[in-house]
Amino acid sequence: MSRLLPFFAFVLLAILLGFGIWWNSSHDPTAVPSPLINKPAPAFALPKLDDPAQTVSKESMLGKPYLVNVFASWCFACGEEHPVLMAEAKQLGIPVVGYDYKDEPADAKAWLAQHGNPYDIVITDQSGHTAIDFGVYGAPETFLIDGKGVVRYKRIGPLTPDVIAQQLMPAIAALQKEAP
Amino acid sequence: MTPELGQLALILALMLALAQSILPLLGAWRGNRALMAVARPAASGQAVFVALAFAILVWAFLHFDFSVQYVADNSNLQLPWYYRIAAVWGAHEGSMLLWVLILNVWTVALALFSRQLPEVFLARVLSVLGIISVGFLCFILFTSNPFGRLLPMPADGADLNPVLQDPGMTFHPPVLYMGYVGFSVAFAFSIAALLGGSMEQAWVRWARPWTNAAWAFLSCGIVAGSWWAYAELGWGGWWFWDPVENASFMPWLVGVALIHAQAVTEKRGSLRAWTILLSLFAFSLSLLGTFLVRSGILTSVHAFASDPRRGTYILCFLAFVVGGSLLLYALRAPKVAGGKAFALISRESAILIGNLMFTVAAAMVLLGTLFPLLGDALNLGKISVGPPYFGLLFPLLMLPVVLLLPFGPYLRWGKSDVPALKQVLVRAGMAAAACAIIAAFFVEGQLKAIAGVACAVWVGVGVVLYIVKRWREMPRGRRYPAEMAGMLLAHFGVAIFLIGVLLSESLSVTRDVRMSPGQVAAVGGYEFRFDGVTQTTGPNWVAEQGVVTVTRKGAPIAVMHPQKRTYTHERVQTASAVDPGITRDLYVALGEPMDANHVEGAWALRLYTKPFIRWIWGGGLFMMLGGFVSAADRRFRVKRDAEATQTITTPVQESQA
Repeated sequence: MSRLLPFFAFVLLAILLGFGIWWNSSHDPTAVPSPLINKPAPAFALPKLDDPAQTVSKESMLGKPYLVNVFASWCFACGEEHPVLMAEAKQLGIPVVGYDYKDEPADAKAWLAQHGNPYDIVITDQSGHTAIDFGVYGAPETFLIDGKGVVRYKRIGPLTPDVIAQQLMPAIAALQKEAP
Repeated sequence: MTPELGQLALILALMLALAQSILPLLGAWRGNRALMAVARPAASGQAVFVALAFAILVWAFLHFDFSVQYVADNSNLQLPWYYRIAAVWGAHEGSMLLWVLILNVWTVALALFSRQLPEVFLARVLSVLGIISVGFLCFILFTSNPFGRLLPMPADGADLNPVLQDPGMTFHPPVLYMGYVGFSVAFAFSIAALLGGSMEQAWVRWARPWTNAAWAFLSCGIVAGSWWAYAELGWGGWWFWDPVENASFMPWLVGVALIHAQAVTEKRGSLRAWTILLSLFAFSLSLLGTFLVRSGILTSVHAFASDPRRGTYILCFLAFVVGGSLLLYALRAPKVAGGKAFALISRESAILIGNLMFTVAAAMVLLGTLFPLLGDALNLGKISVGPPYFGLLFPLLMLPVVLLLPFGPYLRWGKSDVPALKQVLVRAGMAAAACAIIAAFFVEGQLKAIAGVACAVWVGVGVVLYIVKRWREMPRGRRYPAEMAGMLLAHFGVAIFLIGVLLSESLSVTRDVRMSPGQVAAVGGYEFRFDGVTQTTGPNWVAEQGVVTVTRKGAPIAVMHPQKRTYTHERVQTASAVDPGITRDLYVALGEPMDANHVEGAWALRLYTKPFIRWIWGGGLFMMLGGFVSAADRRFRVKRDAEATQTITTPVQESQA
């Protein structure tokens, strides 16, 4: 009987490993709760992509809620997300700010020209320093910021129609209910 | 067209592997010699096709065939030829192909040097190796094809991960795989013994050099990996208890136990079932290591692409191979178990205690590695255990081993007498105590450093005492047979390793500093002067290169050039500067400029002095050398030599006449 012990130990191990595969495919391993939720968004002041002389800052955006979508022309998953944004960004009812992350402006412009521009404003963070303040893991990521400059929702990874319908739209609706 | 030939070669190799795994096994079962005889040619043929596929992939890299997805993903026009070859195993698909290639190399070597084994037994061994090969070839063909096309063909490829563009990294994976895969021989032997229902001491003797060589390769691979992490990553550390490091460390630990258990079984016939179980464990952990790295269920600094489909495949394969072999063990081990009894104070007991410690240590590492997964499974949240867990438990488990080690060679098989042991205890113990007291004056009360010196002297003096004893008591020529010399070398390596680990861990000094050009920082008795940053270029990178002049009390020691390289596609990689020395390393890593627009201004730098750190790898190399030397013992080859002489007798006599 004791000679079966190694086998049983391995069966337990195999179950654990199988669980690991299932867990990783059904759960989003990137779903780490963001420490920024319900905290003020970090201060930022970044140049616009099409006119680097103008900057967009946290202060200039205060007053109404907006969405920040981190993307880059080099980012593969952003290409998957892009058609979703093209289709649904205008229906969100709030401004969508494209946050071009660690990218060459020329590449980003060419990318937007080729695939279409779903954004109301596009700002660039070539060095990626401000992205560190936002806790960006990698593109794409999306932040919903309310009129007081507080982060209300965060998504790591591409937005999908499901995510927009089930998570983002309710969050925006809740914000608009709050607003006087 | 050529890449498709590579794929075709892999498919043909798979067919031969199937023949190699099924037919000889049937033959051994039915007693059909013709079927058993298929094993050798099938193994050779398979090796030829796998080698052909590998050569085609190398050729594609050398000729910039970017129409192959894998080549386009991992190389570009600027990459020098030697890194293009290393790029073959720089990512998932190619490294699996390398795995199979090495498995084939071991199998062919085995087929060549196994004429003295009973036919039935050899047929089973080769067939087990064939099954493993089938598993990996299917894995490559169905989930990780390195020959997949990319159309339209891009003008230039991406880049080999810059982390891998380092001389140490070019040979780290092949050597490590030599070790992993080498354990498959001991595994196949054990399965064949279980299938046959008997285990002869002669077969164990025959398996031993293979196990020793595999373990020595694994040691070399781990040392190379550790050295690379130290020199390249810029963290100044040499071991991080990272899941991927653990994946190679677990088979190593079980390998140590296996080498010793095999010695007991070969010489005394005892611990048979245990030796078989350890061979199963060693190779299972090698497979598990592959699984952990490839499936992506654990996150790690070793950023290999992960894919749940691959994970599922490897898990099924693992369940078949490991689960099947352990079930076979449970059913058949009573048949092969047995052997002589031994007293409490005997070499067998000492080896058994060491064996238990190493096995428990491997289990401890496995538990620590899988802990984040357990956390998810038991809903405990995101948890993981890090260096504190390993750093506490591992030394605790190894302490009995270190304390027992000097007695090992003095202990007799079966039953040992106590006086000889007392002598070792007194002599080595006094030497250790004396050196610890002397060391206490130099290390400013660092207990860890004092313990390090004491342990190292205890082990080192124990080994030297035995060398002296053999020299006095044995006639010339019989003093140090290779097997024993290897053991002494490896044990002495433990002493060197202990010095390296405990002294460098306790006495290293690290400073993170912000330095303007001309500024001086004092670290561990050395003055580091920062002389600014210049631009430099390599074959496929540009770098900012710091100049740091090191002096000691005004006397010049070294000029160091830490770099921050930017490879093609804007990937940044640090290259630390190391000034090596026997008693200390000086180590400088270049951080970020304080102001990105003024690279000529102040920079963040990390400065280290690391006493005796080189001894860590020195110890590892001694262990490796020990493994190879003892694998070369003539005793393991005697029977073959006799047989070989017989077959070539006639021509030799003719030439003499």
